[in-house]
Amino acid sequence: MDPSNVESGEHFPTALETAAGPHLLAPGASTRRMMLDVLIGLVPVLAAALWYFRLAAAAQLLVALAVALATEWVICRLRGRASSLSDASVCITALLLACSLPPQLPLAATALGSFVAVALGKMAFGGLGQNLFNPAMVGRAFLMICFPASMTQWTEPLTVHATTQATPLAAARFAGEFIELPRLLVGNVAGCVGETSAILITLGGLWLIVRRAADWRLTAGMLAGVVVVAVVEEVVRGADQSLGWARHVSAGAVLLGAFFIVTDPVTSPLSKSGRWLFGILVGLLTMIIRLLAGYPEGVMFAVLVGNAVTPLLNRWTTPVPVGGHTRRAAGRKPADTGPG
Amino acid sequence: MSIADCLAWLRGEASFARGVHPPTRKSLAADQPIEILPPPAMVTVPLQQHAGAAARAICPPRSRVEVGSLIGQEDESAAVSARVHASLAGRVQPLVGVTLPNGRHSLAVPIAGDEVHSRTNAAEPQGIDWFARLYGGSWHVEDQQRYFPRDIRAAVQQAGIVGLGGAGFPTHLKLLPQATRPAHTLLLNGCECEPYLTADQRLMVEAPAAVVTGLLLAQKAIGCERAVIAVEENKPEAIAALRGAVEQLDDQGRTTVRVCQTKYPMGGERQLIPAVFGLEVPTGGYPLDVGIVVLNVATAAAIASAVLRGHKLTHRVVSISGEGIREPKNLLAPIGTALSELIAACGGLADDACRVIAGGPMMGFAVTDLSVPLTKGTGGITVLTRRQLAASEQTACIRCGRCLDVCPLGLAPTRIAHAVRHGQLELADQYDMMACCDCGCCAYVCPAQIPLVQYIRQGKAQRLRRTD
Ligand code: SF4
Ligand code: SF4
Repeated sequence: MDPSNVESGEHFPTALETAAGPHLLAPGASTRRMMLDVLIGLVPVLAAALWYFRLAAAAQLLVALAVALATEWVICRLRGRASSLSDASVCITALLLACSLPPQLPLAATALGSFVAVALGKMAFGGLGQNLFNPAMVGRAFLMICFPASMTQWTEPLTVHATTQATPLAAARFAGEFIELPRLLVGNVAGCVGETSAILITLGGLWLIVRRAADWRLTAGMLAGVVVVAVVEEVVRGADQSLGWARHVSAGAVLLGAFFIVTDPVTSPLSKSGRWLFGILVGLLTMIIRLLAGYPEGVMFAVLVGNAVTPLLNRWTTPVPVGGHTRRAAGRKPADTGPG
Repeated sequence: MSIADCLAWLRGEASFARGVHPPTRKSLAADQPIEILPPPAMVTVPLQQHAGAAARAICPPRSRVEVGSLIGQEDESAAVSARVHASLAGRVQPLVGVTLPNGRHSLAVPIAGDEVHSRTNAAEPQGIDWFARLYGGSWHVEDQQRYFPRDIRAAVQQAGIVGLGGAGFPTHLKLLPQATRPAHTLLLNGCECEPYLTADQRLMVEAPAAVVTGLLLAQKAIGCERAVIAVEENKPEAIAALRGAVEQLDDQGRTTVRVCQTKYPMGGERQLIPAVFGLEVPTGGYPLDVGIVVLNVATAAAIASAVLRGHKLTHRVVSISGEGIREPKNLLAPIGTALSELIAACGGLADDACRVIAGGPMMGFAVTDLSVPLTKGTGGITVLTRRQLAASEQTACIRCGRCLDVCPLGLAPTRIAHAVRHGQLELADQYDMMACCDCGCCAYVCPAQIPLVQYIRQGKAQRLRRTD
């Protein structure tokens, strides 16, 4: 008898397919899903932006978005690759860039920044997952260098006719004026398009963390770094000469950075301990720039420096396997035993 | 530590770091009592069902064999090999080559069963009640006192017992005490952490006495003081049954049942040993390096039945489960039965079945040819439908680190996969590629859907070829 006759065809009408294990996939494990969760988390942030800066914010967001999408599409075409727009990560880059720009920035500058963010910040490295630096921050840094004046022109929120006003951090730094906390929390202050409302940013950010689109260690690390330095400042300078930790956290880009920027998986370290170090480093650097350097705000540079040391952090925090590193001299093949 | 881990810690369950929580889906077959598969018309018994060298066929074609007749002699020239026995009464056919459930190839001995009327008899019209013979009835603890360690090992060797959890290491070698590395504890692995599989669970519920008797025999052979049976918390019936059987021993707490968190891959020995004892097995070493011998519960039951009842390892309990199976069941089936026969005995495949997996969905192998024979190490067949498989598209690695967060061995899967992909085996080695146990947690959570396990397996295979 031929053993292949053992299979009696008629029981099995279905076409069976082959594939390597694991055959199950964790619910929601998809890059697209993760990016969509970030976009959902951005909704309250964008709502605040549109409420406080009206058409100016809308224009910034739309221009950044359009240019970023077009740039990625064209570059994918030029490289002869399938379009990578469907993973939605380019939308996040564009929206975060727009959120970190002054509302009255000339739209041509916005377009240029958006192009640089996607072309140089992301695609030049090879696209999704390959970039060393956070693309939105690359775009913003480029604009900061090209248009230092327009990048530090701020307008009062809720006004149609823009009048120039200092941001809370600039006011504190250069004029010694401290804005009271409640205004910072609701966001009725001058600042970048999407950075003003502490409450709404936190709301969106918590969504990311609940959905695990962002690792809470990065957020907590950065906030811890900021708070520690702010408390030290308060002790050294005295409470009436310093902003205090609560206002340092809610003013400027700290919350947007902690929830949406340092949490970018691509440009933050791989291991949990690396992520803690990265978050803390960015928090500390932000405060050092705020307090000691020439700029009133330091999130962008802190993130870029943090990105630059990420490969190093990855190397330092390579996990040690359970049971220690492989004994090379032992000459034994490691046992290949799986779960029973 | 995740919230689930914290709760498990509060409940006092043994656990390990990282890992994943896939839906367990045990309920499909968990309450189905073990049924005996009527003897098939034909079995194909592979000569390589174990780690080490294949057995040597010793029966010429057309010779008659009974259930339990030796048909494959172990390869005496090899350090590691095991015997193979006929699982059906009938006539031996010429050797054939078969694909095993794990995708490897082996020679196999086909046995054409006797005519149907002679396979059954009036007393047992459904065929012999193998469950009662192998594991049922009462087990007398005193019986095992009569055996010396070397008798136990000899009986285990003669019965061709190998690890039934899947690794297939010959059990008589595990039972050999090592002067340089004495074992202090026998760990009986009843975790069965793969989703869907319920064969071990049913065996623990229906034959706890056989399991415990096997444990005592193994303990005697190894000469170790203590024994622990580890069972995941989602099998309360099994825990109660084993506790009942252990209580009857009255051995002053030298044998205990330890409840473990329900978490994948709890049943991997490198997870289970840290969870239960807090000891780490050195990478590249063996559990014996920390004084522990690990056996599967089904292996223990087979030891009992071999030593005290003289049965060879010819049958095993296998669960046939999954949404793609009409009537999920636990079957006691002869080794060498074609998977198609097992599936047919469970009502066949559902219309939307699209993947048949030998083993569980995390580490099992997809098979397309259902003539593949059941082997000693196959604890289950899982059939999934398109709905369970719902996959998302593959993208580039977004370096999210989730694979590191879940790897139970604390490796950096994305790094290893990346190195293998670029042919940098040295680099992969620096990331301890060879320590990977193929558990699949990393690929299970990867949002970019990178086939991490495939890359790592490929790297390990290349690495082994290079060292050989
Ligand atoms: S889980 Fe996937 S996407 Fe995330 S780091 Fe690992 S391989 Fe990359
Ligand atoms: S790297 Fe290996 S051990 Fe780690 S999760 Fe992946 S398959 Fe499991």
